[in-house]
Amino acid sequence: MFKYTIKRVLLMVPTLFGAACLVFFLLRMIPGDVCELRMAGEGGYVDEDAIKTCQHDLGMDRPKFVQFVDFITGFAVFDLGESMWTGKAITHELGLRFQLSLQIAIMATLVAVIIAIPLGTISAIRQDTWLDYAVRTFSIAGIAIPSFWLGIMIILGLLISTQAWFGEPWMPPIEYVSPLEDPISNMVQLIWPAVATGYRYSAVATRMTRSALLEVLREDYVRTARAKGLLERIIINRHALKNSMLPVITVIGIEFAFLMGGLVVTEQVFNLNGVGKLFVESVQNHDYTMTQALVMLVATVFVITNFVVDLFYAWLDPRIRYS
Amino acid sequence: MTELLKIQGLKTQFFTSAGTVKAVDGVTYDVEEGETVAVVGESGCGKSVTALSIMRLVAEPAGRVVDGNILFQGNDLLQLSEEEMRKIRGNNIAMVFQEPMTSLNPVLSIGLQLTETVQMHLGVDDAAARARAVELLGLVGMSDAERRLDQYPHHLSGGMRQRVMIAIALSCEPKLIIADEPTTALDVTIQAQILELMKNLTRDLGVAMIIITHNLGVVARYADRVNVMYAGKIIESGTAEDIYHNPKHPYTLALLKSVPRLDQPRGAKLDPVEGQPPDLARLDEGCSFRPRCRYATDACAASFPPTELIDGIHYSACFHKDKLDSPMKEAS
Ligand SMILES: Nc1ncnc2c1ncn2[C@@H]1O[C@H](COP(=O)(O)OP(=O)(O)OP(=O)(O)O)[C@@H](O)[C@H]1O
Ligand code: SF4
Ligand SMILES: [Mg+2]
Repeated sequence: MFKYTIKRVLLMVPTLFGAACLVFFLLRMIPGDVCELRMAGEGGYVDEDAIKTCQHDLGMDRPKFVQFVDFITGFAVFDLGESMWTGKAITHELGLRFQLSLQIAIMATLVAVIIAIPLGTISAIRQDTWLDYAVRTFSIAGIAIPSFWLGIMIILGLLISTQAWFGEPWMPPIEYVSPLEDPISNMVQLIWPAVATGYRYSAVATRMTRSALLEVLREDYVRTARAKGLLERIIINRHALKNSMLPVITVIGIEFAFLMGGLVVTEQVFNLNGVGKLFVESVQNHDYTMTQALVMLVATVFVITNFVVDLFYAWLDPRIRYS
Repeated sequence: MTELLKIQGLKTQFFTSAGTVKAVDGVTYDVEEGETVAVVGESGCGKSVTALSIMRLVAEPAGRVVDGNILFQGNDLLQLSEEEMRKIRGNNIAMVFQEPMTSLNPVLSIGLQLTETVQMHLGVDDAAARARAVELLGLVGMSDAERRLDQYPHHLSGGMRQRVMIAIALSCEPKLIIADEPTTALDVTIQAQILELMKNLTRDLGVAMIIITHNLGVVARYADRVNVMYAGKIIESGTAEDIYHNPKHPYTLALLKSVPRLDQPRGAKLDPVEGQPPDLARLDEGCSFRPRCRYATDACAASFPPTELIDGIHYSACFHKDKLDSPMKEAS
């Protein structure tokens, strides 16, 4: 188990390095850079010298390789540097946004898991009954409905229903406060986007739970469990669910990592300053350092999630644990 | 001896898109207390479905017992509620399956899989269940029982897993064990060991056993009674002596020729039974063995031969049972 953990941790390094190479060189293939954009934003006169100076100040006139090494070594010691666009420390720009996105991702995951596992299980156990059809309809709808549309509907619903009940419309707060500071205000703000994204997310996980469980229920060892005269509850919980959780956890892990950087539209709808919005802005601004930092951040979340998924695997499956 | 299990006219069918598969079609046989009964027949003749029907574990909704009685200690299992039946499974009737590699749950420890049955049916506490598990592993000849309890199925070989399955089956001291080809998936040497083990344990503990096999060879040393099954029906039954030395059905005869025997001259040819077993979704009125039978006449096509008494407990269902050559003559 110890060896397994170490191996997994070491495997993160090449993945992150690959992500770093990709983002570094891809960014520099986009025509234009932050200095040109800033100087010539209005389409007016371009002062070549000013651009040169700007590029020099930002260290962009150095050889690409030197810049790359600089970026990698910085990342290795957790020094993300400054944003090329604002000149402020990236950690400062990122701080709250990262916290917000992480929180939404975690909450959406919780929403998804809480919905998906019971629903998927019921749907599998009651295969081809009206309950199963209801669950399947619910989850197909979840996949078909875009999260941002659901988000808009939630906001409209909130506005209309509060108007009807309390006489004046109410909107969730826009300012992000840390859950440690004011948990209630924090929850009231983030529960809606978490539900909006969690629903789609749960739809994927519900379908996965259902099909994985159906498969496991056909296994010989489930027949053995039945032949032992165990209670149906024990057969499902102990013998079937544990085995069927493996693919479900994989799906949940991938979705979680995706949520960290991929919530651009939902953030827009709920007016949240999350990582997704910053991502779009930084790419538009040719803000190399910021984009690199964000990509590396998402990549790190991704590999850590993968690692956690692997640990879950090992925990669930002794064949992995003991190999 | 008292009667433990009495199967009467059991019919189990699968309703598939290709038609109704008559997997078990009027099976009747008895098992007395402490007795070992064999069910022998080619692959696909309905042996497993018969066993699963007794346990009421036929895969629904496609499969269903459509007719018959299964009297266990006088009560018809088919009339019990699901909850009453659950209390019998693993407790009064236990089952050992064909595939030791897949019949144990890969993510649960041996200990848990052994103790859960005892805890379910006997309601004993953890310590007592664990002690019982250690005792059971000793009983099935596994050394180092304490350590085994914390192992997982992938730590064990096929033979060891089958020992664990037998231990599980024995755990609540059942009256009847149904062993569905318990050794087919194992190496030949291991097969003999496992069979020996089952023979000794069932005898010592007085447990009755239905042993299912497709091989007449191994049953010889074993069963008090043998039922030969073909296309969902028992076509011949009797004592091992009757079946081996005085077979009265062409199919039994063919099965006998397909296994090596000690009382045959060395080098005698082994013939697998010629032809293919019939499609159980397309059976006609006549004898189902007809296409493969060299004794077949027009009478065999008209109706299914009735099961008739030869002598003692020896029955056969063949119109021409009296015209068969003896197995000895066949061999020479
Ligand atoms: N779930 C099912 N759906 C449809 N047909 C089935 C199903 N299970 C079994 N059958 C059919 O029932 C018949 C009897 O199957 P069964 O498993 O009892 O054979 P068997 O005698 O145990 O053979 P084997 O020696 O291969 O285990 C087969 O023809 C099979 O096709
Ligand atoms: S009844 Fe006829 S076909 Fe059937 S086994 Fe006997 S002789 Fe052969
Ligand atoms: Mg079988």
